[in-house]
Amino acid sequence: MTLLSVKDLRVTFDTEAGVVEAVRGVSFSLGRERLGIVGESGSGKTMTGRSVLRLIRPPGRIDAAEMVFDGQDLMKASEREMRALRGQRIAMVMQDPKYSLNPVMQVGAQLMEGLRQRDRLGGAEAKKKAIAALEAVQIRDPERVMAAYPHELSGGMGQRVMIAMMLIPNPDLLIADEPTSALDVTVQAEVLSILDGLVRDRGMGLIFISHDLRLVARFCDRVLVMYKGKIVEELAARDLLAAKHPYTQGLLNCLPRIGGDRGPLPGLDRTADWARA
Amino acid sequence: MAMNTSLLNGRLRMVLGFVVSLVVTIFGLLLVTFIIGRVVPIDPILSIVGERATQAQIEAARVALGLDKPLWQQFFIYVFNAFQGDLGMSIRTGEPVIDAVTRHFPATLELATIATILGVIAGVPAGVLAATRPGSMADHVVRLVGLMGYSMPVFWLGLIGLLVFYGQLGWVGGPGRLDAMYDMMYDFEVPQRTGMILLDTAFAGRWDMFANAISHIILPAGLLGYVSMAYISRMTRSFMMNELGQEYITTARVKGMPERRVIWVHAMRNVLVPLITVVALSYAYLLEGSVLTETIFAWPGLGSYITDALMVADMPAVLGGTVVVGVAFVALNMVSDLLYRLVDPRAR
Ligand SMILES: Nc1ncnc2c1ncn2[C@@H]1O[C@H](COP(=O)(O)OP(=O)(O)O)[C@@H](O)[C@H]1O
Ligand SMILES: [Mg+2]
Repeated sequence: MTLLSVKDLRVTFDTEAGVVEAVRGVSFSLGRERLGIVGESGSGKTMTGRSVLRLIRPPGRIDAAEMVFDGQDLMKASEREMRALRGQRIAMVMQDPKYSLNPVMQVGAQLMEGLRQRDRLGGAEAKKKAIAALEAVQIRDPERVMAAYPHELSGGMGQRVMIAMMLIPNPDLLIADEPTSALDVTVQAEVLSILDGLVRDRGMGLIFISHDLRLVARFCDRVLVMYKGKIVEELAARDLLAAKHPYTQGLLNCLPRIGGDRGPLPGLDRTADWARA
Repeated sequence: MAMNTSLLNGRLRMVLGFVVSLVVTIFGLLLVTFIIGRVVPIDPILSIVGERATQAQIEAARVALGLDKPLWQQFFIYVFNAFQGDLGMSIRTGEPVIDAVTRHFPATLELATIATILGVIAGVPAGVLAATRPGSMADHVVRLVGLMGYSMPVFWLGLIGLLVFYGQLGWVGGPGRLDAMYDMMYDFEVPQRTGMILLDTAFAGRWDMFANAISHIILPAGLLGYVSMAYISRMTRSFMMNELGQEYITTARVKGMPERRVIWVHAMRNVLVPLITVVALSYAYLLEGSVLTETIFAWPGLGSYITDALMVADMPAVLGGTVVVGVAFVALNMVSDLLYRLVDPRAR
């Protein structure tokens, strides 16, 4: 059963310096499974993920031959229809909770916002659900976290809040864009296992974006490898070691390093045929 | 519990910090005005006793004014008196400076407050409109209107405004805070609780007088409000653009929040943090800098009081008025600081 089908997706930026093609004809489809997207920094992973929510800011532009979510044509949907999908059916966990949570709003208010504004729940009921969501991401003192402001939380804590917030409406599809890249290595595994457990339990589709091929292989069924806005290879996670593409092999050989996004891969031959065009 | 006590300590430290900075600032202000008062080539005794006074008369005046004491003593007497609300006697009128100042300051405060309110009401939405549609017609209009506010010849526009809206069209009241008839009534029939006519007449339920005061204040306040709006709209635009580019905005959109809420709740709450400082600055600027407007509109505010005093070298009046403006400035700063902490949890 196909949940999301994307054909020939393109994201273009008309900048003063000229036209930048961030995504150049990406096609994939996804059921209630876990799809990984890997690639070096700047390869267009984030733009691909955000296109699905139609959240590319101008001057960015989205074009696609097809982008269908559960029978609904996302390219033709009105802004109102998109809003009904966002949060409710498609959600996204972003990279760094330090920036992705509103700094001047209490965590509780941000958690309950969807419940109160969209679902029109009363305060007590919304609070109960928010607390349950925090408990689901293994936060032990939800009351205190609800009253806190984002800057009072650690990175790992902030990302759990983000995951809890995005999972409250029980979406069908979750896009996780480098959900642990900004975290301390010590908490990365913990946050990942929480995310993985929830996605499995609730049987939702997952697009897991990362620059770390091994990580993606561990958490996903299928992997797309992106380079310069294109998919250069698609393979089942278990076949990873048999990857044929030199770029994928390059990603595999690149030992994991501590810290966030890596720059372009060193020691990779970019003069070969695949790297052109 | 641990969190609570630390919060309490934080509050206490904050209040203490405020008190200390207030005292230090006012002390410094008094020092400066004291020094100016001694340095200017105006003999305070001569202006009191006149040019044909005898040596004995001059000496008596010196003692009466405390000028025979050492400078540091004079300064402490000055500070001591000031903290008790005694800013000396006006040479020109022989009236205590504090009395004149408390009469004139409310007029300035009222004008600056209305102008600031107008500036915020017009400037914030204009800035938001421009920020959410960068490069659009609306954006260009807002920027042009803002630019004009910067280079606006207040004097000229004030006169033209009076000529057209008062002289020709008769839509607004003329110079002064009230029509002559109401001026008398205000003095005799309305309890002057605040010295601000709009408030006093509202408290007394004298809506006829209130309406008349509005018709008088609308033109000068509109003019100053325009200047304030120019600054506020420009800053709002840039703050809002900056906030709309942040990741938490994307989060709100991912959650399916409508654009109205994204802008006016999520972004605006963050815009408020720097905007408070901008509004306070613009307010302070109007409190101390509306002399020209007060002159054109015969507005009996502190600005025109100080200017008139300066013309006749009435130094106690000039310096006393300056001290009051300075205190207002410090108070405004404190309020904006408090508000700042209120809207930004990171600053607490
Ligand atoms: N506002 C923008 N203007 C121009 N180009 C942009 C803009 N935002 C992103 N891009 C381009 O899109 C490309 C892909 O970005 P992104 O999807 O964030 O990469 P990734 O997530 O794989 O690191 C980048 O190489 C960048 O050049
Ligand atoms: Mg990215």
